[in-house]
Amino acid sequence: MSSMKKLINSPESVVSDALAGLAAAHPGLTVDVERRVVRRAAHASTAGKVALVSGGGSGHEPLHAGFVGPGMLDAACAGEVFTSPVPDQMLAAAQAVDAGAGVLFLVKNYTGDVLNFQMAAELLEDEGIESRSVLINDDVAVEDSLYTAGRRGTGATLFAEKIAGALAERGADLAAVAGVAERVNATSRSFGIALGPCTTPAAGRPSFQLGEDEIEVGIGIHGEPGRRRAPTAPASELAELAVDAVCTDLDFTGDAIALVNGMGASPLLELYVVYNEVQAALKSRGVSIVRNLVGNYVTSLDMPGFSVTLCRADVDLIDLWDAPVSTPALRWGA
Amino acid sequence: MSEAHTGDAAGLDVGFFLDWIDRAATAVAAEKERLTSLDAAIGDGDHGTNLDRGFTAARAALEAKPPEFPGAALVQVGTTLISSVGGASGPLYGTVFRRIGKALGEAEYVGARQLADAIAAGLAGVQKLGGASVGDKTMVDVFVPALDALLAGLADGASVHGVFDAAADVAESAARSTIPLRARKGRASYLGERSEGHEDPGAASAALLWRALAETVDGRAR
Repeated sequence: MSSMKKLINSPESVVSDALAGLAAAHPGLTVDVERRVVRRAAHASTAGKVALVSGGGSGHEPLHAGFVGPGMLDAACAGEVFTSPVPDQMLAAAQAVDAGAGVLFLVKNYTGDVLNFQMAAELLEDEGIESRSVLINDDVAVEDSLYTAGRRGTGATLFAEKIAGALAERGADLAAVAGVAERVNATSRSFGIALGPCTTPAAGRPSFQLGEDEIEVGIGIHGEPGRRRAPTAPASELAELAVDAVCTDLDFTGDAIALVNGMGASPLLELYVVYNEVQAALKSRGVSIVRNLVGNYVTSLDMPGFSVTLCRADVDLIDLWDAPVSTPALRWGA
Repeated sequence: MSEAHTGDAAGLDVGFFLDWIDRAATAVAAEKERLTSLDAAIGDGDHGTNLDRGFTAARAALEAKPPEFPGAALVQVGTTLISSVGGASGPLYGTVFRRIGKALGEAEYVGARQLADAIAAGLAGVQKLGGASVGDKTMVDVFVPALDALLAGLADGASVHGVFDAAADVAESAARSTIPLRARKGRASYLGERSEGHEDPGAASAALLWRALAETVDGRAR
């Protein structure tokens, strides 16, 4: 415990303290620190719009609360670090933002998130509010879906929240908004590599141990070890490894939206080195990046490393991607 | 009560169940670090913290609003766990207790066989929700053999506290038997073969609940 240095007051208060900070920094958000629900402040203007609600464990910031705002999410629920929020939170969020057109839950495929959102959907049905849930499961590192909890939701969550959020903003109905989120998930793939572990405030020690010259290949976003260890290698080789895993799983020949995502502790300098290698590796496979994001978006606390997410792009998806968005972590076009 | 012949612990009242939850909460608090370090090996290292938060909340909820029946107590415990634990263990343990509570209905006194049947309903609920079978390296690996031992012991007409003790022994040994298994459910499943060689934290916490139950029965019998 003594070796842990973190910018926190206490492990117990870290989520609440961060939410209070989010509220102080962003007047455009209404933050219920007690219930741990973040929603748009000016919600009255969205009558008749499908409400998008997401959430998950804390420690992945800016996901999800950083994506609440016009053009993206209506509300996000924050759980304890790496722990799904509880159904009461999702119910409170959904009730607060339902504008009469139903609620879409965007759920990363982790057992805890799935079970808690499932219970929330049942509670919501009892309240007479219609909801749909779309599971995000884009992580190709999980090879054996039959004997695991299935592929994890990672970078494609951001794509789904942005694109479905844009369609909801245009007044599409619940089925259409859920449909586009499903399409984004079905045509997106991710792969992540860590250079080291992360340390949760509660555990106070690294989530796994790596040798000086080892990397963890095929990681998730909860500090869990990956599928295998490998010797460290230049960025070009690591980018090739990730791109190969993604493109072997789904043919991305043509146009794609690309996310080169930092896991939390890798400097942007390095992420741009990776991006350059990723775009070159994709070009050699006949994939052209038509839109991109480079930065820390779906993180794993203080883990060094990166993930690559691709989404097949067509005219409709690009149009929705380009639509105005105004959130703490994603903002353009408004 | 139908099991009056078993004598010592027939007719468990609401006080028995409050005692059980109290003992379970104490056990979870005492084993918090061990559960968390088991989880750190193959999950994300928070099982002890989360469950301790849940059982602390459950104990507080029972004190704040004392239930009238055994069933009401356990439904309240389950609801509180769902509202306070999060992750997968919140809905799973919450469902176990809610289903046991619902199966007990509004009975003021519960017989040992009735409790065993209710635990079977709890197990069925958690298997339906989580989809786990024996061998997947989860709490189900503990619940199934412990419940079998309980039902078999009761059918044999053994003394009630001996039967619950034996079921707790089976639960603890079943938790240790998850060590060589490869996880097929939950976050540990992502590790594939690297999940082998570690005790499942959910199985370990399930064994704590069985031991707490046996101790509660023993406490009543003496």
